Amino acid sequence: MRQSWWKILSVLLLSYTLIAGFLGGVPVKPILNETIRNLYFHVAMWFAMMIFFIVSLVYSIKYLRTNNLKDDWYAVEFANSGILFGILGIVTGAVWANYTWGKPWSNDIKQIGAAISILIYLAYLVLRNSLTDLDKRARIGAVYNIFAFFLLIPAIWIIPRLVESLHPGGMGNPAFNTKDVDSRMRMIFWPAAVPGWTLLGLWITTLRIRTRILEEKQLTNE
Amino acid sequence: MSTYKHIIALFKKDLLLEVRQQYSFYGIVLYVVATIFVLYLAMGTPEDMVWNGLFWMIQLFVCVNAVAKSFLQESRGRMLYFYAIAGPKAFILSKLLFNALLMLLMSSTSILLFFLFFDNPLQSPWKFAGIASLGGLGLSLIFTFLSAIAARAQQNAALMAIMGFPLIIPQILLLMKLSNIAFSDVIQAGLTQMILLLVGFDVLVVALAIILFPFLWKD
Repeated sequence: MRQSWWKILSVLLLSYTLIAGFLGGVPVKPILNETIRNLYFHVAMWFAMMIFFIVSLVYSIKYLRTNNLKDDWYAVEFANSGILFGILGIVTGAVWANYTWGKPWSNDIKQIGAAISILIYLAYLVLRNSLTDLDKRARIGAVYNIFAFFLLIPAIWIIPRLVESLHPGGMGNPAFNTKDVDSRMRMIFWPAAVPGWTLLGLWITTLRIRTRILEEKQLTNE
Repeated sequence: MSTYKHIIALFKKDLLLEVRQQYSFYGIVLYVVATIFVLYLAMGTPEDMVWNGLFWMIQLFVCVNAVAKSFLQESRGRMLYFYAIAGPKAFILSKLLFNALLMLLMSSTSILLFFLFFDNPLQSPWKFAGIASLGGLGLSLIFTFLSAIAARAQQNAALMAIMGFPLIIPQILLLMKLSNIAFSDVIQAGLTQMILLLVGFDVLVVALAIILFPFLWKD
């Protein structure tokens, strides 16, 4: 119980998100209509992705400081989860855009930003796979992870502020303006959707890390 | 103070090698000429937007080719020697400096060749030259560091492209938007902001290179 409370919490929060998200009241707006409920899924995916990429960065820095291979596994698995949530974010966004903007992809600056961040983390995985030596793989991977994060993430935080975007809040604050959201939706989005999805991702990541550690143990015992 | 001397010495060494071998400069010039000539045969004189797009795409590929060999040409033993006598910081800084210079030269050459083959659609060539130099600088810095990673992974230029192209997209988008000001008299909103952002990128890359390079070369 002591270790699994957050897993139960994740399930509870997501159940609340699903039930209240599909049944709860939403403001009636032209074009958006009922698709506005996608906010609980699409936007929450980006929050989870960003959190996982930041955690991955922290573990990469930690690896360079300690040279402990475990930190490297954490970094990779968090990057993997970030990629998963990024792809889910793009897909949920494409479905939403299909109904509101008329087509799934319209070269919006934020769509481009999302696509390149996923490309970069896939490149991180390719770079790692091209190396066979464990320590070298971990070190060079960590260096690229840090380099790519600092070049990319500020760019996708800053550049959308400079150009036009179809997303709400273009040419100004591209992030999420709390005042824009209906109070009924805010009660689902902040306390349930964002932490719920993030905790679910964390759960997936810890399972993968544990599998990896077991695999490594098996290899070293033989 | 001695780091400074080391940087200059390593820089001079690269320059001297380049002047003696005269391989990469003429190789790249020929590469640009061949690419532009094929494009010219294929499509004649392009429109402004296409001209701009082609210019930056060619810059990107020139940069990958020009910079890729900067680390691959050094043998393992020589690396160890430089590492021991000069230290990693001086080494990476000298490489960044040399490649920035090489890329500035390449950018100016490309502009002249573009004028030669594709006419001159620019209202203000000097502005464009300025933007091209800024862009060339940014490209060369990022790809120098990536070439260090690729060399360490014993990989070819393909890995550099995989790692580098997504990273460079934000800069290329900014540069293309910025270079619109050279084609007509339009006033681009947020001009200073964009230039500052590009300069910020360059400073960031240099800082990251200095911090991260020692880890890359530790064995």
